[in-house]
Amino acid sequence: MSQRIVPTVKRKQIIELSESGRRMDGRTLTDYREITIQTGLVEKAEGSAMVSIGGTKVVAGIKFEVGDPFPDIPNEGVMQVGAEFVPFASPEFEPGKPDEVAVELARVVDRGLRESKVLDTTKLCLIPGKKVWIVHVDVYILDHCGNLIDTAALAALSAMLSASMPEACVDGDTVRLTGRRIPMPITDIPINVTLAKIGNKLFVDPSFEEEEVLDCRFSVAFKENGMLCAIQKGESGYITPEEVLRAVEIAKDKSQEIRKKVVESLKLKSDKVGES
Amino acid sequence: MSESKIERLISEDGIRCDGRRLDEIRPIKFQLGVLKNTDGSAYVEWGRTKILVGVMGPRESHPKHLALSDKARVEAYYRMASFSVEEWKSPAPSRREVELSKVIREALEPAIFVEFFPRTSIDIFIEVLQADGSTRCASISAASLALVDAGIPMRDLVASIAVGKVEGKLVLDVQDKEDKAGESDMPMAYMPSKNAVTLLQMDGQITHDEFLQSIELLKKGCIEVYKKQKEAIESHFKSAVSNGEEA
Repeated sequence: MSQRIVPTVKRKQIIELSESGRRMDGRTLTDYREITIQTGLVEKAEGSAMVSIGGTKVVAGIKFEVGDPFPDIPNEGVMQVGAEFVPFASPEFEPGKPDEVAVELARVVDRGLRESKVLDTTKLCLIPGKKVWIVHVDVYILDHCGNLIDTAALAALSAMLSASMPEACVDGDTVRLTGRRIPMPITDIPINVTLAKIGNKLFVDPSFEEEEVLDCRFSVAFKENGMLCAIQKGESGYITPEEVLRAVEIAKDKSQEIRKKVVESLKLKSDKVGES
Repeated sequence: MSESKIERLISEDGIRCDGRRLDEIRPIKFQLGVLKNTDGSAYVEWGRTKILVGVMGPRESHPKHLALSDKARVEAYYRMASFSVEEWKSPAPSRREVELSKVIREALEPAIFVEFFPRTSIDIFIEVLQADGSTRCASISAASLALVDAGIPMRDLVASIAVGKVEGKLVLDVQDKEDKAGESDMPMAYMPSKNAVTLLQMDGQITHDEFLQSIELLKKGCIEVYKKQKEAIESHFKSAVSNGEEA
């Protein structure tokens, strides 16, 4: 935190390199690092995914629970996103309850999923007004090499897309599980894209060293149909309205690229999904 | 009030449920210097949203090890009073309040000359007394004025406002009812003289075109808020000069 001398020197180098469209790790300004998606790692979870973007690694798990609905939406299931920063993921993470960075991450991931209506929560009602499915989506940050938001969002999404939910039978006021699994009511594939503003350049998928010197961070999520469903500007710098428009243009293209990757990776395992 | 009756929020001739046009902001009243024990304070009534902001600092950083050697540490604490919303809210900070505190701090910090005050803290305490939509925008706009009242040098005022999508139309300065029923909410904070966006969030669904229109509408709205902020500063210091010291 307080050792800001090295980043200050690096910032100059990063900006100079970016003038010719290059980055410290050899990427262009609009390249993502390599993305890998592995689903079904945790058998006890209804859905799980280990996703890495470059060296950043996040595992996400989905758990279902029968619970009470929110009073204002009595006939809808509930989706809850949580984020845990495991201390071995970075020397800066400390054990303890989630700090503001973890809370922001969970809420940004939550917004992308929720606002795109990835999960049709109206199909998760068991007894109207009394019992609904609570879907816990928890992401664990395992290794932090930059761009936690996109990695976590992709892990949460992949876990969800690969999940199958428990089948339930309702007899009057009791909910009984049949032990079988049924497909999830998935309706969209939202993709989050994060850029860093450093100097007057925008860097797609910032690495850890780029994040250390950025002015601000800009994340935007797109639905399959190209609509925007969540935006978050982060960190204590600013961005001009013109840069915002440019960032959204770039992110839109990138989101399509990543969505293709998700569809391809998950299809490989599609014979496993929804199996009883 | 969740009656299943469907109430139109925008009339056929483009008038909203509280009588405003689509691009009209609510009546906003800022007041500086409303608290005695802070270094700077401000109060805002933004429609029915009512918020009090107090600034302490620059002062010794506490705990000391968090002090920064090259600049002031800025902290914002956004809290909603338990009675500020329809149903009683636990006074313990929710995840929403933790996130909002972070983005509000990040919206204000670019405006402050933090490098003038190394090793100190500037604490911004925000207490929402009544919430009726756009509380983060009202908080940021009022906090800017509390910072001015504290005499902290700034690059510009930060003005903030939100655009929502209600019944398929973009509307400026969403109030609670429109926010809850609306299809999207997009708050922005902006320093007009720097052309700098310091906060931008969105949830809901909008098309790329609607996004472009929203940015334009947000800029216009922020400039209107900015004018009101300046008026509040002028009237505060005018009365301070004529009254000596008041509250």
